[in-house]
Amino acid sequence: MDDGTLARAPAAGLLAATGRAVLAGLADVGRAAGMLAHAWRWVRRGHLELGETVVQLKRIGWDSTFIVLVTGVFAGMVLAYQTAGVFLKFGAQGFVGGLVGVSLAREAGPVFTAMVIAGRVGAGIAAELGTMTVTEQVDALRALATDPVRFLVVPRLLAAAVALPVLTMFAEVVGAVGGSVVAVAAGIPSGSFWASLRQFTWTWDLYAGLVKSVFFGLIIAAVGAYRGLHATGGAEGVGRAATGAVVASIVLIMAFNYFLNQLLFRVR
Amino acid sequence: MADGPLRVAPPPADDAVVVVRDVWKRLGTTQALAGVSLEVQRGQVQVIMGPSGCGKSVLLKHLVGLLRPDRGTIHVFGQPVHALSEDALDALRMRVGVVFQSAALFDSMTVAENVAFPLRRHRRLSGPALRARVDELLALVGLTGAEALLPAQLSGGMRKRVGIARALALAPDLLLYDEPTGGLDPITARTVDELILRLRAELGTTAVVVTHDLASAFRLADGLAVMDAGRLVAVGTPAAIRASTHPFVHRFLASGAQVVPA
Repeated sequence: MDDGTLARAPAAGLLAATGRAVLAGLADVGRAAGMLAHAWRWVRRGHLELGETVVQLKRIGWDSTFIVLVTGVFAGMVLAYQTAGVFLKFGAQGFVGGLVGVSLAREAGPVFTAMVIAGRVGAGIAAELGTMTVTEQVDALRALATDPVRFLVVPRLLAAAVALPVLTMFAEVVGAVGGSVVAVAAGIPSGSFWASLRQFTWTWDLYAGLVKSVFFGLIIAAVGAYRGLHATGGAEGVGRAATGAVVASIVLIMAFNYFLNQLLFRVR
Repeated sequence: MADGPLRVAPPPADDAVVVVRDVWKRLGTTQALAGVSLEVQRGQVQVIMGPSGCGKSVLLKHLVGLLRPDRGTIHVFGQPVHALSEDALDALRMRVGVVFQSAALFDSMTVAENVAFPLRRHRRLSGPALRARVDELLALVGLTGAEALLPAQLSGGMRKRVGIARALALAPDLLLYDEPTGGLDPITARTVDELILRLRAELGTTAVVVTHDLASAFRLADGLAVMDAGRLVAVGTPAAIRASTHPFVHRFLASGAQVVPA
């Protein structure tokens, strides 16, 4: 065997493996886009399965309230904690409320909430639909002349798109309160904190953050549903679908967050 | 009620409800179906038997468009299942009941909700009419009183029977059974077979049954087909299959010689 073969063989194998992974990824993106287009057709026709959507609103929204409030309050507290000390040193305590408010509205509120929901709800959707897929319940739906995208996917997409901005608002409110408590403890007057917050946090910051959270909700539900409906191979496959859904939705949320920021907060 | 439950369709003589012509299907690296052709006449119980993994469940799923063939044609009630859009398939699926291998009950719903599911979606029934229809269907499969139970609380045989009741809800003209006795003990299996035969006698419904259970196959079949590695190696009456000299059929029947009635 000459050295050339030895050197080329692993490289070729790696190249082929990379190629296969890219192709599989692209096929996934294509099929997921197909699922979303299909879901959109049902929405446009007005077939919304309101009963199922309400059930999902409770599961995705209401049942997540506690964990979102807890993460929100700590996010606000840590923002105030990290800034208050430094800003006080420079006599810039009048900016602490503004920094906490803008950070929460633009990034911390929408992104932290989406991360928490991706873990809690994205995995849940993938596991539930994955179990239904591997136990033939999805086939049974189709055999009973009920489109799984209409009956399972559309209600979850709608519920997540509604629940995420509401949860994000909750997180932002308790985050601001948590931040004010830490700021006061650090020696910044409460009135100064809230005045600064109101002065620097524009309505547009709030709106833009909530627009982002609608996209994050759609990403979480779509990825969870897609991974669930394409689960194969029993309990292990369901586990893979749930883990895969969390990983993929977190990556997509971070990527979309960057590009949505480019659109929503363009420096003029 | 528009869909009378115990409707006995007068069987027009000799017309095929299912016509499968040269169907091929590859799943992953396996050639699951390799040129399958089959006809099922109205009012018949057609059994397809073969070892696990021979492609018989795959064939059954093609009959309601849950899978699409790579090649070949499938007609059910004269409709080209292989070419229909999902919307058109849904109209056809309301005339076909499917009983899944695992029963595939919706595990978040009670027995009554499972049976009511197709009625709620496709029939406009008042509350009392819906309840009456569900009661009637559960009585038909001998499960009166199980309405409020969840699938997790049922035995394998009970789950199968709820699956049958749900498949019957829209009064289908064709019933597809995927391993109706799979995973059941011989006594429970026999009661499920008797239920299938009783439904055929009372409702006159055409049925296609996929099974690897020889005893069950010979109890049920008007027509029998033996499948091996994606091909139907023998099709005929039970007597003809029993007399077959095809080596695979011979081997397959010998594997369960004690249960095949002579």
